[in-house]
Amino acid sequence: MIVAERKPFDEIKNMVSGYKKILTVGCGTCVAVCLAGGSKEVETLNAELNLACGKEGIEFGAETLERQCDMEFLDELESRAGEYDAFLSMACGAGIQFLAQRFPDKPVLPAVNTSFIGVNLDVGWYEEKCRACGNCVLDMTGGICPVTMCAKGLFNGPCGGTNQGSCEIDPEQPCAWFQIYERLAGQGRLDQIIKLSPPNDWSNQKPRKVIQPGYEARVKARG
Amino acid sequence: MKSGSNLEKVLKAGHFAFTGEVGPPRGANVEALREKARYLKGMVDMANITDNQTAMVRMSSWAASMICMEEGVEPNFQMVCRDRNRLAMQGDILGAYAHGIRNMLCLSGDHQTFGDHPQAKGVFDIDSMQLISMVKKMRDEGKFLGGADIDVPPKIFIGAAANPFAEPFEWRVHRLAKKVAAGADFIQTQCVYNMPKIREWIRQANDMGLTEKVYILPGVTPMKSIGMARYMQKKVPGMDVPEEIIKRLQGVDKKKVADEGIKIACEQIQEFKETKGVAGVHLMPIEWEHKVPEIAERAGMLPRPVV
Repeated sequence: MIVAERKPFDEIKNMVSGYKKILTVGCGTCVAVCLAGGSKEVETLNAELNLACGKEGIEFGAETLERQCDMEFLDELESRAGEYDAFLSMACGAGIQFLAQRFPDKPVLPAVNTSFIGVNLDVGWYEEKCRACGNCVLDMTGGICPVTMCAKGLFNGPCGGTNQGSCEIDPEQPCAWFQIYERLAGQGRLDQIIKLSPPNDWSNQKPRKVIQPGYEARVKARG
Repeated sequence: MKSGSNLEKVLKAGHFAFTGEVGPPRGANVEALREKARYLKGMVDMANITDNQTAMVRMSSWAASMICMEEGVEPNFQMVCRDRNRLAMQGDILGAYAHGIRNMLCLSGDHQTFGDHPQAKGVFDIDSMQLISMVKKMRDEGKFLGGADIDVPPKIFIGAAANPFAEPFEWRVHRLAKKVAAGADFIQTQCVYNMPKIREWIRQANDMGLTEKVYILPGVTPMKSIGMARYMQKKVPGMDVPEEIIKRLQGVDKKKVADEGIKIACEQIQEFKETKGVAGVHLMPIEWEHKVPEIAERAGMLPRPVV
């Protein structure tokens, strides 16, 4: 899932200053699961904002959509949009931008920082796992991503700074290549990393689009 | 000859190589740099010129390399993957070669969080292994990484680093093999203090036939003080300082600790000279360039061969 964190309250407070009526828009998917921007978090944020901005006379409405990364759900805001002079979105960066695209005349403010694509280690505890580099090598590296989990994103690690199984940047951070070695050794698959891994194709350096097979004509028809 | 560098000639003629190191200044202090280089003239076969070492901004390694050349010291232009993408790397390699630089050391580079700009974006477009292979492709095939022809390819003697001590130890020799396969001509290792471990690593490299394909130069850094030894032991990632080294330094009079450090270094150099599969030694006296003539003399490394 996409993991996000709510922005520091003072930053949000400064952002909303000067508006009269704001709709705080939550998202029911990833950010709800990681406790950053679901309906509960919308409620909490609005309560805090009402307390802090009451004197300024700003009103805060609440709405949580199923997904902000889907036009179908954004359309649900159409009837209410006119009442508000800005949206405060608690979705990930994708959702916030799609909301802004759907309502181009309306200021859209981000209430969260989008952190990463990650997994749930425990309630409220998440770890990054994927940088969406676009060229997955997890078959070669024993299911451990060198781009994400190695601080240098090396494809032929570990580097000289590997430190008794830890990364040079932090003793608490495991060395990804140490782990890759251990896992592949355990599986008897060290031959996977004995060959030189060539330079990566960093195709994530430009805005990307994916059209699944069978949908090309439909996309073309829409222009 | 792959490059015709002095280091290559010395190694190819079968001499035991002796290389040094110069850290460029934290500014444009040319005189300080020239002074450091002068201590090394005639004492070493070439000197590594570090590239923003420990992720601290310094005079660029290619520029400092050129100044060292002016002082009569052959440079080993270090290049890390942290600060440049593949375009900048290839451009700098061509520029360095055009100015007479013939040796390079290809490194990943310390992570930017260690330095004075921890907020910097680490590039790591390619890794050190891929850099070695790219320099080889430029030299031997006359082609850029992207495949286009190079008009006058750079003839570089390709160096790489190895850390024989990091875990998993059993993987280290295979990683060395990978660097050799990628195109490394010579290897300089992390500072050696754990002699039993390096002996074992060299033995493995001999068994795998690697020492016939690559020149191995173990790194030697004399301990200046007990504090330095402890710091290296506890704080520097990938460093392996056995307790015996510290005990030995503690066993001498306080005023003699630095001298004992040099003595240990000289004993190491002696042993490496007699070790099958070792082609030379890389001396890294950290901010102790003025001691190089003394160490070279005491280790029996003088005079340096002229090939």
